[in-house]
Amino acid sequence: MSTHSEITPEAIARHGLTKDEFAEIVRRLGREPNYVELGVFSVMWSEHCAYKSSRAHFHLFPTTGPTVILGPGENAGVVDIGKDKDGNTWGAAFKMESHNHPSFIEPYQGAATGVGGILRDVFTMGARTVACMDALRFGEATHPKTKSLVAGVVHGIGGYGNCMGVPTIGGNCGFDPCYNGNILVNAFALGIVRKDRIFKGTASGVGNPVLYVGSATGRDGIHGATMASAVFDDDSQAKRPTVQVGDPFTEKLLLEACLEIMTHDWLVGIQDMGAAGLTSSSFEMASRAGAGMDMDLDCVPQRATGMVPYEMLLSESQERMLMVAKKGHEDDVLAVCKKWGLEAAVIGKVTDSGRMRCSWQGHIVVDVPINAVVDDCPRYDRPRQEPADLDARRALDLDSIADQPLAADLVRLLGRPDIASKRWIWQQYDHTVRTSTQVLPGAADAAVLLVRENGARLAMSADCTERYGHADPWACGAHAVAEAVRNIACVGAEPLGLTDCLNFGNPEIPEVMWAIREAMRGLGDAAKALDCPVVSGNVSLYNTTGDQSILPTPMVAAVGRLPDGVEPVRMGFVEAGDAIYLLGRFRPSLGASRWLQEYLGHHQGRVSAVDLDAEKAVSSLVRLLIAQGVARSAHDLADGGLAVALAECAIQAQGGPRGVRCAMPSPQDSGTARHDERLFGETGASILVSVRSSQRSEIEALAADVGVPANYLGEVGDLNAAFEIGSLHAPTADLADAYHNGFERSVLGGAQ
Amino acid sequence: MRVAVLQFPGSNCDDDCMQAFGRVLGCEASLVWHGETSLPAGTDLVVLPGGFSYGDYLRCGAIAAHSPVMSATKRFAERGGTVFGICNGFQVLTEARLLPGALLRNAGLAFVCKDVALRVESQHSDLTARVAPGSQLVMPIAHMEGNYFADAATLDAMEARGQIVLRYVDRATGEPAQTANPNGACRNIAGVANERGNVIGMMPHPERAVEDVLGGTDGLALLAALVAQVSARAA
Repeated sequence: MSTHSEITPEAIARHGLTKDEFAEIVRRLGREPNYVELGVFSVMWSEHCAYKSSRAHFHLFPTTGPTVILGPGENAGVVDIGKDKDGNTWGAAFKMESHNHPSFIEPYQGAATGVGGILRDVFTMGARTVACMDALRFGEATHPKTKSLVAGVVHGIGGYGNCMGVPTIGGNCGFDPCYNGNILVNAFALGIVRKDRIFKGTASGVGNPVLYVGSATGRDGIHGATMASAVFDDDSQAKRPTVQVGDPFTEKLLLEACLEIMTHDWLVGIQDMGAAGLTSSSFEMASRAGAGMDMDLDCVPQRATGMVPYEMLLSESQERMLMVAKKGHEDDVLAVCKKWGLEAAVIGKVTDSGRMRCSWQGHIVVDVPINAVVDDCPRYDRPRQEPADLDARRALDLDSIADQPLAADLVRLLGRPDIASKRWIWQQYDHTVRTSTQVLPGAADAAVLLVRENGARLAMSADCTERYGHADPWACGAHAVAEAVRNIACVGAEPLGLTDCLNFGNPEIPEVMWAIREAMRGLGDAAKALDCPVVSGNVSLYNTTGDQSILPTPMVAAVGRLPDGVEPVRMGFVEAGDAIYLLGRFRPSLGASRWLQEYLGHHQGRVSAVDLDAEKAVSSLVRLLIAQGVARSAHDLADGGLAVALAECAIQAQGGPRGVRCAMPSPQDSGTARHDERLFGETGASILVSVRSSQRSEIEALAADVGVPANYLGEVGDLNAAFEIGSLHAPTADLADAYHNGFERSVLGGAQ
Repeated sequence: MRVAVLQFPGSNCDDDCMQAFGRVLGCEASLVWHGETSLPAGTDLVVLPGGFSYGDYLRCGAIAAHSPVMSATKRFAERGGTVFGICNGFQVLTEARLLPGALLRNAGLAFVCKDVALRVESQHSDLTARVAPGSQLVMPIAHMEGNYFADAATLDAMEARGQIVLRYVDRATGEPAQTANPNGACRNIAGVANERGNVIGMMPHPERAVEDVLGGTDGLALLAALVAQVSARAA
């Protein structure tokens, strides 16, 4: 391949560009692009980099608010987490990003480099990375590929994050046949940065040097962004060479070197070379500053011999940064890189030409206007079509199902890998390094992290119930936000902001595009209603294998802060005799529920209606109860409904599993007379708390003050006493066994 | 009391050790870069923190054992100075032959991060000299290669000399049990000392259990006992 390879219709198609897009490139350049330039346009106009199908709908998201320091548009968003004792304001920088396609092809490296990429996005901002979470979706537990994919992905995430010394403190993991051929790996990272020391990806100041720092460029990952923007087919395994290989040790060096460089006043801007590598970082930095850039590709550190400009510009080799330094400080930057044993080189300079000019072996190989590539890339408001079978998807006839919920149903649900303890996963992640993890994975609805810089305590949770998207993608998006906000409220935290990772199928299918917009609308509506602005995010489309698109999976990660002096609670009950209350608007529905999926073997019906006012009210109430020290435990209702939530509180009780003696909520308090629906139906806006029996009047008064239903269900029992709700009785030990060992049994084929 | 916390490029518990010895225990703690050929004047205690020293793509700690700062650390240990390695630090000390045995990949072939219960087995080390034998301590482990191995003759000799200082035990019974062994370590060994008792290595992380807010302070008790022992000898 060289600059002289012919531009044929096949070459254009291979680059994922349409005829119209190619014509537009010719129009903008006033000539045909050469082969290198075609590659540049190809990656920069890929769905992954340009958001060309989704950007038209970003206005649905609230992105501003009193907590927002930096909204979407940079490498990560930043929210205000308060001041330190010297009066400096600190921020939490965070983002979530997908690495779905690479992880399916090569689970260990795909997942590992997903973690590496998101960590770089965050420390690029000048933030010390302090926490990771990972949201995973796999195919059916019984699918022949699932076991090795789970093992490889978890191993890869651990392999990278553990070496970096960043604790992985939360996440989620689900299983559905729709992911059989297209798993999801969504990686979240959060860092802490002083507000006046936030760095941005900008290349301003004519004459300022452009520096390349980190691993040398190899031939790995070329066209990774383009691959991430295409439908999977039977040949996908042949794309293994487009998966990058991670080197967490070099990333650790890069992290420390960057943060050391950033303590000085040497840099104008910095951006990681992620998807589309040197191309996206250089074009985007120049674009943000309205500047131009000249780069000498002969100066780029290279791992392989004989590399050509096309490869250097499109490589997605990992652990690389592009920096623009203040003129005269290039040697200072290079000296720090040398200390940390990193390759670094000056490879260009900022110009006022508005063009990107790359030279190689004495020739100009790229010469294009930057805004022609970045600012005005094609955007599509793609056709949307409500699915013709939507009414059929929503239909639900429960009359044919006998209303006879059994203890065995509860045991079966608790043992499902989606619901069972994910201990097998998080024990492979270092979650206590940095000695800041106050609430450990699995112990509460959200993880809680101490921020040493200013004493703040941050809660975070990642959520999405994709089942809800089958018949109601709006509700799926809204529920994801509501659940994330509820989860952080269950440890006592106020929301500060959220990041999202929008995973969908092929946007060129109108029914999929309809679901994308509906889910985004739901996400935006809930974010507005719950005062949780969207500060960063990522879109992953074309999660389609053959003709199977995944369920809409708008993954949401919310970050909140505990008020000073408030101690977080966990989900487990505390003491025998404590009173158990169900707070909020309890309107369970078997539609789209986990129980119904187990019963029918497919998705059917519509999720319980979303009530954002009720969500806001119940989250406020639980925060108040925690702040006042009334609530001793808190856990929201989610997968599996009331019975599963209650069982989880009992299984996770302090000192070991405890029994419960609870009455069934009445039909009037539930909106349904069916026993199975009250036990296993799913609903938003509902939280279980426990309080000392002496504080029953207090909780009832506090709930009445804010008009939130507080339904007394019963009391916590002794260690290993029976689990009883209404007429459903089960030995607690059976429930605990299913919950603790269900994941290994169903996914890995046996208790470990 | 001056504590030198060694900093290899891939150390990632260096800051946690600085916090524990400095902020929590009030020692004068400083980071010492791996390229240094000498330790700061007046160093009383050298700590090798956890992490991935030089990436550990080869055997864990194999390259670190040959770093300039380890030459200085060996001289310090030969003069009787106290050297304490945690997790990767323990691995480095075995690779440097300052401690007997080796740390193999966990029997489960996976990284393990969880709380474990330990029993103090011997007072024959600066770490445990002031802790009652039989004391049970709970703190986290977080490692992929913590499976302690030495041949039976070596282990017997170490036992006889009291060099086995910490064992993984069952929390309820307080006894070593297969089910309480998180990594397959020979004889449930979690920590060992050299013959002289001035070089100690352990896989669990006491520096992660130094504050109630983090779930426990058993690690603090251990580190405080170490600091007290070293201070007393320095005085």
